Amino acid sequence: MTDAMIELVDVNKWFGDFHVLKNINMTVGAGEKVVICGPSGSGKSTVVRSINRLEEHQKGTIRFNGAELTNDPKSVASIQGEIGMVFQQFNLFPHLSVLENLTLGPIKARGLERSKAVERARHYLERVRIPDQADKLPSQLSGGQQQRVAIARSLCMEPKVLLFDEPTSALDPEMISEVLDVMVELAQDGMTMVVVTHEMGFARKVADKMVFMDQGEIVEQSDPQAFFANPQTERCRTFLSQILQH
Amino acid sequence: MMKPIFALLLLLGVAGCSSSGNWGWYVIDPTTKSGWINIKFLVSGMGNTILISVIAAAISIIVGLIVALPGQSSKRGWRIVNRVYVEFIRSIPLLPMLFWVFYGLPIVFKSMGLDIPIDPFWGAVITLAVSDSAFTAEIYRSGIQSIAKGQKEAAQTIGLNYYQTMRYVILPQAIRRILPPLANQFIYIVKMSAFASVIGMQELTRRANELVVTEYRPLELYSLLIVEYLVLVLIISAGVRWLERRMGSDERH
Ligand SMILES: Nc1ncnc2c1ncn2[C@@H]1O[C@H](COP(=O)(O)OP(=O)(O)O)[C@@H](O)[C@H]1O
Ligand SMILES: [Mg+2]
Repeated sequence: MTDAMIELVDVNKWFGDFHVLKNINMTVGAGEKVVICGPSGSGKSTVVRSINRLEEHQKGTIRFNGAELTNDPKSVASIQGEIGMVFQQFNLFPHLSVLENLTLGPIKARGLERSKAVERARHYLERVRIPDQADKLPSQLSGGQQQRVAIARSLCMEPKVLLFDEPTSALDPEMISEVLDVMVELAQDGMTMVVVTHEMGFARKVADKMVFMDQGEIVEQSDPQAFFANPQTERCRTFLSQILQH
Repeated sequence: MMKPIFALLLLLGVAGCSSSGNWGWYVIDPTTKSGWINIKFLVSGMGNTILISVIAAAISIIVGLIVALPGQSSKRGWRIVNRVYVEFIRSIPLLPMLFWVFYGLPIVFKSMGLDIPIDPFWGAVITLAVSDSAFTAEIYRSGIQSIAKGQKEAAQTIGLNYYQTMRYVILPQAIRRILPPLANQFIYIVKMSAFASVIGMQELTRRANELVVTEYRPLELYSLLIVEYLVLVLIISAGVRWLERRMGSDERH
């Protein structure tokens, strides 16, 4: 696929002696939604963190819109603004109000006028359905609200792609759906998304492609129908039966 | 808060009156002319003690940050620069460093063709600031490290560069944790500024020393000197508590 937005070719990474990513090959086309799943410790976070350069890979190539990721600090900074990221632990800035969390990047990194940034922030707060919490501190919100603020903060940078690393794993069960609903809407609006999650209902609804990882390798990569109906490997079958039991 | 001071003074006063003539509070008796002049002479050293301490602390806060930041780098070379500075500076006792700066540094300057005189005031300020900066750097380090790694990563993913990440995300959170230990360091500087007396700086301790030589009343004069430092430190502590309360009620944590 030549029009891939993100392309990983034979990517390898080590933490010291530990071979954490083994020959990862994966593409994400514009508008595509890729869901990555697999047991804990299989390297899912490391893959998405390599895509926006929070981690550095040692072998292979990662391209974003055709340009190879390098160590040049300028290129790192530019892709980090273009690739949004939503973390498991939200990572909101606790000393700033919700509105300030949302406007910091656009104002400081993009040089947007404050009034425009505020307008944009209110727009995205509306979209994640918390328009009236703008002046609160993150600690005054519920977990589900905080994660939606984190999504809005990413959207305010108007990124080309959004990465999610287990966005609902730190949430109380009753708050999971309010976050997933927002993510489904984003998907329907055509956002390019790479989502690490064990929420298979969400995966079935939005995924264009399923990726199953185990022990640093991509074991299976297929469209959702095939993936759920007919997993090719024993490892994947075991994993799916375990997580679908819950 | 001033009660302990009065209690101390009272104790000393009572002791003085009841003893068999070993005490001579007349030397700082404000009701006599000579006593009042002596008190004014002693207390007038306060200005320089405060000035030296404040300037040294201000420099130390800036130098400490400049030293602390490379300590956070992912590059080994930068971290080594930080470690060498901190370990080297904090292992030098204050008095030898003061002598080196006051008597030695001008010779170094001269050999470099520079004519930079170092007077007692700046000698004391430079020494206190440099000596303290190693400790300030360590305070910044622990403050910055106490901010979770996720904060830095979140800042990066919204496109902030290193400076912006520090300025808008890390340091505003770190400062709350850094403030109490920094205040302790300021109290340390105030006390250590007494060493400036040995290179002829006219501050609190020097004034007391000079008067002891002419009046020969060390017990009374050094007692007053201790009370002077006590008052200064208590005022600083009160100021810090006020600042902390204000930041606390800000609700931004
Ligand atoms: N900074 C690190 N240093 C050393 N090992 C790490 C580091 N980050 C992750 N690992 C290890 O790499 C493996 C993959 O981690 P991760 O990508 O977080 O897995 P997952 O997200 O699938 O649970 C794990 O065994 C983890 O312990
Ligand atoms: Mg993970």
